[in-house]
Amino acid sequence: MPHTRPYHSIVLVKQVPDTRNVTGEVMTKDGTMNRSALPAIFNPEDLNALEMALDFKDRHGGTLTVLSMGPLQAAEVLRDSLCRGADQVILLSDRKFAGADTQATSYTLKCAIDKIGPYDLVFCGRQAIDGDTAQVGPQVAEKLGVPQITYAESIIEADEAGIVVQRAFDLGTELVKCTLPCLLTVVGSANQPRPASARKRIEYKLAAVPAEYPGLLQKWPEFGSEELLDKHLTERNLKITVWSAADLKVDESQLGLAGSPTQVHKVSYVVLETSESKDIPATPEGVQALIQELIKEYIVG
Amino acid sequence: MADNFFLDNLDLQFRLERLDLREVVEIKEKGYSTANRYPAAPRNYEDARDNYRLLLEVLGDICASVVAPHAAEADEEGAQFCNGEVQYAAATQKAIQALKQAELMGVMLPWQYGGLNLPETLYQMMVEILSRAEAGLMTIFGLQEIASSINEFGSDEMKARVLPRFSRGEVAGAMVLTEPDAGSDLGSVQTRATLDEATGKWHLNGVKRFITNGCADIQLVLARSEAGSSDARGLSLFLVERDETVHIRRIENKLGIHSSPTCEIQYNNTPAELVGKRRFGLMRYAMALMNGARLAVGAQALGIAEAAYREAYQYAQERRQFNQPIANLPAVSRLLLSMRGEIEATRALLSETGCWVDRLKAYEELSSDTERAAANPDVRQKLKQASNLADTLTPLTKYYATEMGNRVCYLAMQIHGGVGYMREFNIERHFRDVRVTNIYEGTSQLQIVAAIGKLLGHALDPLFDEWCAQDYGPELAPLKAQLAEATELLKQATDVLKAQERDMIDYYASDLVNMAVYVLNSWLLLQDAQASERKRDLAQVYLAEHLPDVTRAYQSILNASAAPLQARDTVLGAAF
Repeated sequence: MPHTRPYHSIVLVKQVPDTRNVTGEVMTKDGTMNRSALPAIFNPEDLNALEMALDFKDRHGGTLTVLSMGPLQAAEVLRDSLCRGADQVILLSDRKFAGADTQATSYTLKCAIDKIGPYDLVFCGRQAIDGDTAQVGPQVAEKLGVPQITYAESIIEADEAGIVVQRAFDLGTELVKCTLPCLLTVVGSANQPRPASARKRIEYKLAAVPAEYPGLLQKWPEFGSEELLDKHLTERNLKITVWSAADLKVDESQLGLAGSPTQVHKVSYVVLETSESKDIPATPEGVQALIQELIKEYIVG
Repeated sequence: MADNFFLDNLDLQFRLERLDLREVVEIKEKGYSTANRYPAAPRNYEDARDNYRLLLEVLGDICASVVAPHAAEADEEGAQFCNGEVQYAAATQKAIQALKQAELMGVMLPWQYGGLNLPETLYQMMVEILSRAEAGLMTIFGLQEIASSINEFGSDEMKARVLPRFSRGEVAGAMVLTEPDAGSDLGSVQTRATLDEATGKWHLNGVKRFITNGCADIQLVLARSEAGSSDARGLSLFLVERDETVHIRRIENKLGIHSSPTCEIQYNNTPAELVGKRRFGLMRYAMALMNGARLAVGAQALGIAEAAYREAYQYAQERRQFNQPIANLPAVSRLLLSMRGEIEATRALLSETGCWVDRLKAYEELSSDTERAAANPDVRQKLKQASNLADTLTPLTKYYATEMGNRVCYLAMQIHGGVGYMREFNIERHFRDVRVTNIYEGTSQLQIVAAIGKLLGHALDPLFDEWCAQDYGPELAPLKAQLAEATELLKQATDVLKAQERDMIDYYASDLVNMAVYVLNSWLLLQDAQASERKRDLAQVYLAEHLPDVTRAYQSILNASAAPLQARDTVLGAAF
């Protein structure tokens, strides 16, 4: 790839409950999930988006800002982003943002991106493993008024005219050319996210939002008070920026639950049961009969 | 497969908790003044220890998720030699890439060169974790010792030029000592270094053999700088940045550590830079370099042993014979207990030795600084003590850890029975990999030679006396009494052997070294025994297993006769 110019990237990430190992205890009777019973993790495809942005930055230079909307605990994924190489991170957190559907979420993210300033690329994961809607990325692009490339697998080239991106589908790939700025949603097959850097884990271990100060003071009493800790972190650029609704130019009626047209109509609790079963005798004959049946039914062979 | 090779290893975490490096870190971090200049530098000792833990967590994660799952592939493909170049196995390349991305390279270098100023003891822990994942990869990672040596002995200009490249993971190192006719006897190295008086530049000519990772970009080469000399005093150490005059002739086809290329190198008028002073090459620099590498190889053997133990333990739980898991059979559980005792004893020993090496380096740093030395009037005395102990403990540790690694892998295969002999199971790889550890960086027999003089001078007695004076509580009193008795036997045997002729001492040296290391380990485990019920029982198992070995070796020394030595001529010399 010929060297072009530094690019400014923004990566949108989300902290999600780890739904990959849902057990019986995690599901409630009405079919919703008890989120607190699951560990909170970095949404897997957002890690792929971050990796693609980091790799792009390694090659072309520029800046990388990571943005996340969520409760204060989501500071964890932002710390992780710093340890993987993000230059700055911003947490969007406010009670007014709570209960947002994809519409209200993408509106809030759009307003935050406006505040960050000029950018060339916005990277998002294709979808989050809790909601599985894959809508937030595309809606942010619409609201920003920039083109979007979904299912992005790799950035093939970048020059003054724009970028060429490979998109991945079940049955093949597609190359698309796009002007900048634009938004990409990245698929899991795009890359193997790099490990966090040990050095950065050490450098950023105190990086925190003010809500985390009491916990830090308990572990590191030598700071004495929240004020002194705040001073220490501010001097070392370790205070994670938190933006609330008041920090953004927003129409409050479009935020959170109030700004969410989506209503969950009904949740069906599907229990998989084995209605039909068949006993196969554990004899050579029994196994042979099963194989014959599978071949006859075109299941194997 | 485990998620994290540090977090799943409770004994290693126990060791980290118990490390006594407060004084060392305080000196290394210059009273924690470094914290104002480097963002990753610690503010105090607790902060430093927390940082070490984070570092080991990152490494443990990479080892479990990136390195270990592809260790069999790295072994199968191995390093290849084609068109005069060495190529690492694909799995090795990926592992190196992950280690670089995690910024785990050059971590023991000082802050100003981009390192994390890590103590030696922590570095050994890293080596252990990495070796558990892939023993061959350890040689590539472990050769960062080269960078430490350059830091210790190189000029400021050389350090500023070379060391940041190690920290960024751009270059790897090789320690180039051995030649076809100079193995254990390094004093007979023949590679020539010639000084061009007009330009003041050195050039190397000669052939080196058995060079681990000899394809590395930065090489420290031992060569004869003094024409006409024939011993160690004519050798100097040189830094070579690999160029077209450095010709890799071939790589070896080895029993194990296949991912690690072992090279034969030819230097053809290769430009080289003198490191430190002429004539100090072997006596001072290469010896120091090898001491660090010896501990690293001990840690490597420990990591392999841990991997082998886990394979054996799991197999013994799953394999059912006589209507029960074989782990329940006393004959098998004895093997497992013996392995576990030796592994945890080795970890304690490595930590103890590492701490003394760290103290030695810290006191050296203090005493080389006039101002700080003046503020610490007892530093000379402390330096002498640390130097004495580090010199004694290093060969003992290399000897014990690597022989232990071999014993553990041997038993781990035994527990597997027939399937352990098959390629499909990991244990045969560990069995092959561990075999080199008691051969390279000085054979076990050479470690005994290195330790025996110190032991005959009662070098470890101050430690034993200190530990013997401690109170271990009523419950451990019987164990302590047994151990105190064994320590007396060691002291007696030392004086008996010391009075013998040189040949007799060399012949029976291994008995005294075995006694010393079993007594030493037993004391270390007795200290740990106060921490938990499990550690108490482990100490009991270890002492029950090995105090009889102390008695046996005592008998051997007490009854030492010249008969076996004379039998060399009759038994080995006569036709058979």
